[in-house]
Amino acid sequence: MAAPMLRWVGRGRRWTFAQVDGGSCHRREAPTGFTSNRIRGQSSVAQQPLYTTQKPRKGEHKWAAVVGLEIHAQISSNSKLFSGSQVRFSAPPNSLVSFFDASLPGTLPVLNRRCVEAAVMTGLALNCHINKKSLFDRKHYFYADLPAGYQITQQRLPIAVNGSLTYGICAGKKQSQVIPKTVRIKQIQLEQDSGKSLHDDLRSQTLIDLNRAGVGLLEVVLEPDLSCGEEAATAVRELQLILQALGTSQANMAEGQLRVDANISVHHPGEPLGVRTEVKNLNSIRFLAKAIDYEIQRQINELENGGEILNETRSFHYQLGCTMSMRDKEGKQDYRFMPEPNLPPLVLYDATSLPADADPQQVINIDQIRETLPELPSVTRERLVQQYGMLLEHSFTLLNEVGLLEFFQNVIKETRAEPKKVTSWVLNTFLGYLKQQNLAVSESPVTPSALAELLDLLDSRTISSAAAKQVFEEMWKREGKTPGQIVSEKQLELMEDRGALEQLCHSMMEAHPQVVMDLKEGNPRAINKLIGLVRKATQNRADPAMIKEILEKKLSS
Amino acid sequence: MLGRTLREVSAALKQGQITPTELCQKCLSLIKKTKFLNAYITVSEEVALKQAEESEQRYKNGQSLGDLDGIPVAVKDNFSTSGIETTCASNMLKGYIPPYNATVVQKLLDQGALLMGKTNLDEFAMGSGSTDGVFGPVKNPWSYSKQYREKRKQNPHSKNEDSDWLITGGSSGGSAAAVSAFTCYAALGSDTGGSTRNPAAHCGLVGFKPSYGLVSRHGLIPLVNSMDVPGILTRCVDDAAIVLGALAGPDPKDSTTVHDPINKPFMLPSLADVSKLCIGIPKEYLVPELSSEVRSLWSKAADLFESGGAKVLEVSLPHTSYSIVCYHVLCTSEVASNMARFDGLQYGHRCDIDVSTEAMYAATRREGFNDVVRGRILSGNFFLLKENYENYFVKAQKVRRLIANDFVNAFNSGVDVLLTPTTLSEAVPYLEFIKEDNRTRSAQDDIFTQAVNMAGLPAVSIPVALSNQGLPIGLQFIGRAFCDQQLLTVAKWFEKQVQFPVIQLQELMDYCSAVLENEKLASVSLK
Repeated sequence: MAAPMLRWVGRGRRWTFAQVDGGSCHRREAPTGFTSNRIRGQSSVAQQPLYTTQKPRKGEHKWAAVVGLEIHAQISSNSKLFSGSQVRFSAPPNSLVSFFDASLPGTLPVLNRRCVEAAVMTGLALNCHINKKSLFDRKHYFYADLPAGYQITQQRLPIAVNGSLTYGICAGKKQSQVIPKTVRIKQIQLEQDSGKSLHDDLRSQTLIDLNRAGVGLLEVVLEPDLSCGEEAATAVRELQLILQALGTSQANMAEGQLRVDANISVHHPGEPLGVRTEVKNLNSIRFLAKAIDYEIQRQINELENGGEILNETRSFHYQLGCTMSMRDKEGKQDYRFMPEPNLPPLVLYDATSLPADADPQQVINIDQIRETLPELPSVTRERLVQQYGMLLEHSFTLLNEVGLLEFFQNVIKETRAEPKKVTSWVLNTFLGYLKQQNLAVSESPVTPSALAELLDLLDSRTISSAAAKQVFEEMWKREGKTPGQIVSEKQLELMEDRGALEQLCHSMMEAHPQVVMDLKEGNPRAINKLIGLVRKATQNRADPAMIKEILEKKLSS
Repeated sequence: MLGRTLREVSAALKQGQITPTELCQKCLSLIKKTKFLNAYITVSEEVALKQAEESEQRYKNGQSLGDLDGIPVAVKDNFSTSGIETTCASNMLKGYIPPYNATVVQKLLDQGALLMGKTNLDEFAMGSGSTDGVFGPVKNPWSYSKQYREKRKQNPHSKNEDSDWLITGGSSGGSAAAVSAFTCYAALGSDTGGSTRNPAAHCGLVGFKPSYGLVSRHGLIPLVNSMDVPGILTRCVDDAAIVLGALAGPDPKDSTTVHDPINKPFMLPSLADVSKLCIGIPKEYLVPELSSEVRSLWSKAADLFESGGAKVLEVSLPHTSYSIVCYHVLCTSEVASNMARFDGLQYGHRCDIDVSTEAMYAATRREGFNDVVRGRILSGNFFLLKENYENYFVKAQKVRRLIANDFVNAFNSGVDVLLTPTTLSEAVPYLEFIKEDNRTRSAQDDIFTQAVNMAGLPAVSIPVALSNQGLPIGLQFIGRAFCDQQLLTVAKWFEKQVQFPVIQLQELMDYCSAVLENEKLASVSLK
């Protein structure tokens, strides 16, 4: 089942969009241009798109969707949040479980410094206010993979609050304009991950793996400033890039290091917010977008047909492409929050509040962490634009593809070619081949050095750009061959012999008198045909500019 | 030898008057003889004998580990002991063998102490009588003392029945009975609302509750995390100081232990006089339910200090009367939370029902916990409900702050140590005690001890004298936070003045023999 078609209404025009990759639910009015500084307080709520049902009636029935996200990012750390057990993905079941993780009676939590630093770092990168004092709470519920019967989290006073995340939505005719958007961050809290339950339906057994139980999580709570799947997906992608740049989380959704729950409601603008549903089980950015858009349309349809929206938890079924009610969670949960008595308040310091006699091993200095912040994606993009003169949207593409930026920078390092040329080759040719074969950058048969060598050949006019394309194709197919080898094997060097080229042009004109006639009768564009024929005859080895010059000379003589 | 204090027997070990193995065997044999007291849930005979052997070797090599090397000790059965069953006197943990030692247990072992066994308690330490554990009630050794028996003979009304035995108080009654009956020289209890001091008072022992944060709770199966502290039961104040010296200090495994250095070891000076001291008498502790005997002993104690040159002041702790109800909310809430882990999945009891995980949880918890525990879980979950949290839990926390501030104000007014009763009266017979339910009893019996836990202060119960019935009565000293040493120093001076009599257990021994005879006969007849 495909995602339903949604209609988008704005300024008298109407677009349809089927999926996030293709369409957009954003107003495609002239963008204000991407400003490099973060735009605070600019809520995308103000410009939220409006939805109608499939049969819009006049004036009324405009719907606006309100989407908020809760994102769980697994902290990249050697050990768990409150115990010394290792953190490792895909280790043998129950091999990374300490007495505390298994909640043996009498065990106590001991806070992992690294996790606190990761939270502070993430908070700073997301423009949050870092609370100098934060508290831990117990959140109670019975579940087989929650051994203590409660999760330690930060409900009352989290470590970071009131931040913002700026992301760019592509718009315009060719998706080539970037509209900056900002979503407010309500809070970031430190909490424990749960274990994993594996249900064996055949034997009606549940198997528990506690390797993940107690791993540190950052729960990032976004304010409901988003209004469609694409916005949510783009915001999450930006967050993912930030976490990866910081190294605070590997943020790999497929490995569950980044998990997103979406709260979704629809309402008529100007009216109170609608009843919201929570959609869970969103394990890729693409499904996140799909699920949100599906759920928005489902709610609209439901309401239009006189139904009502239940405040419920729904799960996204990625094979069917729809959301479904999770019946088992129907009962209203009261988490019976309570302060965690075994952990004193988490106190952080800054340069001004740090006691003079403080043991550096025992305290965390916010200012010191601020100094170690790496370059964030938004700054990297700016740098790319300034340093290499590329378009902003190109910088987005470079960062969005895993490993592409590094590939690009390695090519730049090794080639004499112009950065613009490199950008064009990496984003058009190289990325095009990758996409066509659905490969990751790391799986590419072409190395940065090989591409650099090819661009050098082009730059030194050893080969024509058409020949370069041919060489690239050979490089892709025949891994291991250097561009130089391919060029000499295939004799693709640029034809430098002007006499031979003149001869070729001459015979081509003779062979195609009709074209020459056309030209002479005042159709200057007919010359392209001749150029093409000559190039073909040289197997793309001739410089088209030279061919044109020779032809023009001969024609005018 | 068995009747000596820890310090005395430690000296005897050092001088070679007795070997650790001999001492261990004597204690083990007494443990067997006094089995009917029900003080121990598990006797770790093999472990103790092996430890004694190792200790003996160290003494031979002149490498004694210190005052505790070779000293038999007992540990309340809510401290994790590696390889030794730890039950909390609950069906829920029957058969549970922890894979690690509580920090306090490890520290005792590191000092060469011999672990005789795990002592009886109220289930999960919820109670004030040591009567509500799954292994049955603990009997107070004083029930069988010469002092008590003679008084009873004089009283024409008393029926001289064995069913008239007395409770130990609780919840660390097993530990108190173990030390009181000479089966060991010191025992660990836990103290959340008075669970160490209360049985100490009823069993004629020193019962010490250290400042919260001074001694690690890691491995102590919690009742109320924010109030629990490991307690120490000994025959004299110096012994308590020795044990405290071994246990105190920061523990990386317990984030609530404090890092500030505190003078170690805890050597207690003998005060020549108390003229520089100021003793506070909280007027709110004079309640109508207080027995006249305890009241008069309390007042005599105050006089003792005054005549010793100390300043004795009446002070006010105005929020004391709210302590019980406040404790009820905070305790049950934490209990509800702490008990959530007992679901039958990872360890402990699991029922046979397997229709669903939820059904399994429910039946497991129903079978595993007694009524007292279930009742507290239910209350606690009620108080933690979103709609009730502000009205109960948050309010109780505020009251707790007021109670703690009462103490701060009293100490700021110049008082060094507070002097109060520990219990309303001496120990009562079991049959009397169980006329009221656990909750009522806990509320009554913790009245003088509980507020201290709210404030995290150090407190110690010192046996003062025997009542008209020949039973021990204790008084409590409360000190400033982390002034444990000062507190014990004052208690030591007081202890010296009052010269509390040693329990005379000849009667007990005779009784033991009789019981043993009966058991033998019984077992013979069964064959």
